[in-house]
Amino acid sequence: MTAVGTRPGVERRFGPYGGRYVPETLIPALDELEREWLTAREDPAFGSELDALLRDYAGRPTPLYLARRFSEAAGRPVYLKREDLLLTGAHKINNALGQALLAKRMGKRRVIAETGAGQHGVATATACALLGLECVVYMGTEDMRRQRPNVERMRLLGTEVAGVDAGARTLKEAVSAAIRDWVASVEETHYVIGSAVGPAPFPAIVRDLNRPIGDEARAQVLEAAGRLPDRVIACVGGGSNAIGTFAAFLADDEVELVGVEAGGDGVASGRHGAPLTTGARGILHGSMSAVLQDVDGQIVEAHSVSAGLDYPGSGPEHAHLRDTGRVRYEAVDDADAVAAFRRFSKLEGIIPALEPAHALAWVLANPAGELDLVTLSGRGDKDLSEVLALD
Amino acid sequence: MSADPATAAAATRIAAAFEGHGRRAALMPYIMGGFPDLEASRAVGEACADAGADVIELGVPFSDPLADGPVIHDAGSRALAAGATLDGVLDVCETVSRRLPVVLMVYANVVLSDGPEAFAARAAGAGAAGLIVPDLPHDEAGPLRAACDDSGLDLIPLVAPTTTAERLAEIGAEARGFVYTVSLRGTTGERAALPPELPDVVARVRAVTDVPVAVGFGVSTAEHARQVAEIADGVIVGTRVVRAAGEGGPDAVRELVTELARALD
Repeated sequence: MTAVGTRPGVERRFGPYGGRYVPETLIPALDELEREWLTAREDPAFGSELDALLRDYAGRPTPLYLARRFSEAAGRPVYLKREDLLLTGAHKINNALGQALLAKRMGKRRVIAETGAGQHGVATATACALLGLECVVYMGTEDMRRQRPNVERMRLLGTEVAGVDAGARTLKEAVSAAIRDWVASVEETHYVIGSAVGPAPFPAIVRDLNRPIGDEARAQVLEAAGRLPDRVIACVGGGSNAIGTFAAFLADDEVELVGVEAGGDGVASGRHGAPLTTGARGILHGSMSAVLQDVDGQIVEAHSVSAGLDYPGSGPEHAHLRDTGRVRYEAVDDADAVAAFRRFSKLEGIIPALEPAHALAWVLANPAGELDLVTLSGRGDKDLSEVLALD
Repeated sequence: MSADPATAAAATRIAAAFEGHGRRAALMPYIMGGFPDLEASRAVGEACADAGADVIELGVPFSDPLADGPVIHDAGSRALAAGATLDGVLDVCETVSRRLPVVLMVYANVVLSDGPEAFAARAAGAGAAGLIVPDLPHDEAGPLRAACDDSGLDLIPLVAPTTTAERLAEIGAEARGFVYTVSLRGTTGERAALPPELPDVVARVRAVTDVPVAVGFGVSTAEHARQVAEIADGVIVGTRVVRAAGEGGPDAVRELVTELARALD
């Protein structure tokens, strides 16, 4: 199976969502990126280089594992797609490797990225080290404080970590800072955006590059169980692991797809990261999607125990899949996610990242059907200090 | 453009400002609505009018202003922290528009949260003559342009040094009011010098449009203003004016705009 096979054109819109709401300066670069992606993904040389890196360097295909004791706890078989076993510990490396190769193909020697918890930053720093590209990662100074080990990792990999002091000094401001850098540097720089968000063609590119998650999982579950799952569940912040998973199952009408957002202190509290569950249509970071905002259209800060879900927007394709009813989006609160993090660790000997712990909590709380598949998007080493601090 | 009398009046207002200023180019300061607070920003607007500005750009603060550098970003954040709302800024617009044409500079999410028709009607009701939406490029602007036409507002397009000839022709043909030419690759903010290729960029824009051409981003000094006036119809000074408003309030802005105006005489 190839990472970037034949698929429909690069979408600019998903229903009413998506688009390119960015300063005019960036439009030619987005046009170029769209053209390059269309040719790159049809180019066997590009596809085979990416496939080889994903296999030999990053560790694809990842296993599909039938959870032993967690299935017992859930009351039905639960298969886990093990993205936590990839190099850098999360699915983020899929996108980072693909986009870094794309940057090289476009002749851009400098790469920028944003990061919240640091997972996308580390993945991009890793890809740039491998490919010999200059890399700058924007990170809110509050996140730098909370995620010190990932800051050190990025520096060790030769990346410059640029602290962002604006606003709440977290992911939203880091994305804005990266876009501002790009406006000023667009001719020699590629922006490796870290989730299925941003102006077109980024949401489609990030989905395509994460699609091996779903393609592999679908083939693996058919092989292992002889059937498709009743439900496929993934956590959603910007939504890259979820869209990469769901993409392979969209045509399987009998498979229910569930995206689990960050409920924070509870959606009723207003302190959460659940724009798909609660949010109105809005524009953030270049695309129209579900966005947390006030009555004047000011973006509201998200809240989540999980830095990777702590974002007031969501990918535009998710907003469309919500409206069409193909995917159901629900929120899981901090407390339930942390409880699932602890319980899953004890049951399976796998420490999950806090992000997919939201999906695991949802599975425990919503018994139905006979077979579940959950994308375990990353491992939880990065979250130990955050969770232990709650004791 | 529709033949509605209100439409004709607003369109005439920006056009008249470019025709009747009597200097080498129209002087167009940018101020941040609600910064340092609403009343002070009203006084800053009046100071610009007193000092001879021809058109005012009134910024509507936004939480995530992607086209702005640190000074205007910070001014917007401080305006919001001080309680600025869209209603409050539109009230400032109403006051200032009695003196000279006001163009609102506002980000797409603020415009679209109510829908383009509702926003255009509110802006027109507050006396605005036009809108600039820095994160709404030409391809996305159709519905808002139609709504602005219906409400008698000019939707002013932006072009950049990176804009291709093909796009430039489309943008120039559909332009209302004036074409806002972004002088440089980057966000708003003061620079030591104007980009050397600016005359070429402005000439490319002029060739594709019938409306006036104004230049902004990085225009920071009276000398810059003088240089821009040699090639363009309007000179937009933003960050330098916002900095003056933050450092010295309306008096500092009056002094600065007077100096800029003198450079264009």
